[in-house]
Amino acid sequence: MSAVIEARGLTRHAGRATLLDGVGLSVGAGEMVAIIGPNGAGKSTLLRLLSGDLRPSEGEVRLKQRDVATYTPRELAARRMMLSQHINVTFPFTVEEIVLMGAGNRSSREAATLVGAALDEVGLSHFRERQLPTLSGGEQQRAHFARVLVQLACGEAKHGPGLLLLDEPTSSLDLRHQIDLVEAARRRAANGTAVIAILHDLNLAIRFADRLIVLNGGKLVADGPRADIVTRETIRDIFEIDAVVQQDDDGVPYVLPQSMRAIESGV
Amino acid sequence: MSEAIGTDVRRTSSGRRFAPAAIPLLLAALVVAVVIALTVGAAGIPLSRLPAALGLASTAPADPMTARDQLVLWSIRIPRIAATAMVGGLLAAAGAIMQGLFRNPLADPALVGVASGGALAAASAIVFTDSRVGEALRFLQTELLPIAAFAGSLATTAILYGISSRAGRTSIAIFLLAGVAITAIANAGIGLLVFTADDRQLRDITFWMLGSMSGATWTKAGVLAPVLVAGIAACTFIARGLDLLVLGEADAFHGGVDVERLKRISIVMVSAMTGVAVSISGVIGFVGIVVPHLLRLVIGPAHRLLLPTSVLLGAILMVGADTLARIIVAPAELPIGILTAAVGAPVFLAILLRQRGLASL
Repeated sequence: MSAVIEARGLTRHAGRATLLDGVGLSVGAGEMVAIIGPNGAGKSTLLRLLSGDLRPSEGEVRLKQRDVATYTPRELAARRMMLSQHINVTFPFTVEEIVLMGAGNRSSREAATLVGAALDEVGLSHFRERQLPTLSGGEQQRAHFARVLVQLACGEAKHGPGLLLLDEPTSSLDLRHQIDLVEAARRRAANGTAVIAILHDLNLAIRFADRLIVLNGGKLVADGPRADIVTRETIRDIFEIDAVVQQDDDGVPYVLPQSMRAIESGV
Repeated sequence: MSEAIGTDVRRTSSGRRFAPAAIPLLLAALVVAVVIALTVGAAGIPLSRLPAALGLASTAPADPMTARDQLVLWSIRIPRIAATAMVGGLLAAAGAIMQGLFRNPLADPALVGVASGGALAAASAIVFTDSRVGEALRFLQTELLPIAAFAGSLATTAILYGISSRAGRTSIAIFLLAGVAITAIANAGIGLLVFTADDRQLRDITFWMLGSMSGATWTKAGVLAPVLVAGIAACTFIARGLDLLVLGEADAFHGGVDVERLKRISIVMVSAMTGVAVSISGVIGFVGIVVPHLLRLVIGPAHRLLLPTSVLLGAILMVGADTLARIIVAPAELPIGILTAAVGAPVFLAILLRQRGLASL
């Protein structure tokens, strides 16, 4: 299986600081990868480099066997979709208008079907006419996810399996919608999309992804199947907390973080 | 729509029933405004005489009244109305583009110093052509003034663009802040000119700064027309990009917009449209803020419709304001800038109050 996206030796400096240091990865069609790591590990920087929004100081990103820097913005938008973390819409666009933005220059009838399906999928059909700025943070996040899903559907119809990048897509969502979003992303992966998501909730990351990539201090410190990565030792090394790691009936690990103080005092 | 959503229709629904009919309705309103503007003025031409004066109905060729009407209409009133409508359309569309670019409904070309740069150049032209050095050019003063204002606007934009761009990226925040500084510098320059000017120059500068359409001619209308046509054509290319820009620059890029090119085109368009409008009318504030804001409330913020309707509503408001300016203190004329500011400033405050209300939700 050929890689949808490949990165080699990605380094990004900002002033004297090194945000990302020699990171390499390769993600194939149908793979679901979660990026985890503490604050300031370089997760968002990595995603922005993969998306072509930022240029690396050193190294190279290849999307579908071609340097990401050689695509025009429109070509790129048909092959990689990105859901950012904070989007602040100032004008009174309706939910429907925002989601329709994912459809590019498609005819309105063709796009309407895609928009309707995406709104159903994120559970916002009843808010179609509402102005986006009047919705809650979580509802807005779902609307933007629907927009990205429309963009993905349009792009994949033309160019085959695409790359879906999600930067903390569940940060404002309640439990039910976290699961809904993760499942929607899984369905895309089952159809061949390569999905890479930054997730803070370790347990969600474990359930969501077959493969975890761990960043710490700008370096890639682990990349592999979840069972290899989710151990008490790695969690202590990376997040500087103690945690109980157990397995559920299906053998999927889950993590219960413990208070360091409680551990140290022997409680 | 579902009743469960809420009671405040303004906030909960898009309320955009008028959107599909917006362009025909505004065109009809523009025709009405133009007809009214044609009939009133120092020399009144009642509606009954209008067709004959316009040459739409045949009358006895030697009718002296028709001949007088025709002279008034074709050499004074029609060029003035045409120029006024185009200035209004240009200012309103430039405002709408600038607001899209800054993702802020309060942005205005006057805010970023484009208008002030033009005003400084215009004031300089007035004082220079009156000085001993510029004496030779005095006969050109009428022509020199708009050229100077346009050059001043473009030069200001070029400076701003140079300051705010680095390595192919333009920082909108720096563009805005530099604009505030440039406005201050331009105002200092104007203040210096006002200080050194004699009474007649002072009067010229003041009147130009107040804005007026009284000097409109066919030539000036001819200068405005190509810019307006080019502007409207360019609007269709930038509309989708400006829509996506509301997501922020990074996400507009993720959605397929060449953001840097969009910013370059928009900045050039805004400065050309403002520059050419201000060069002919003088400084006219608030049209660029009020018109797009009113339209967003009725037809929504999508630029594909917002930009052409801004041109139309801007034209309607300016033709209406100019008609008022001609009759309020007849036979004298009120500077149109006073009227637009008197109406525009309260609307601007109302926008601020409404935003404050929304922010506290």
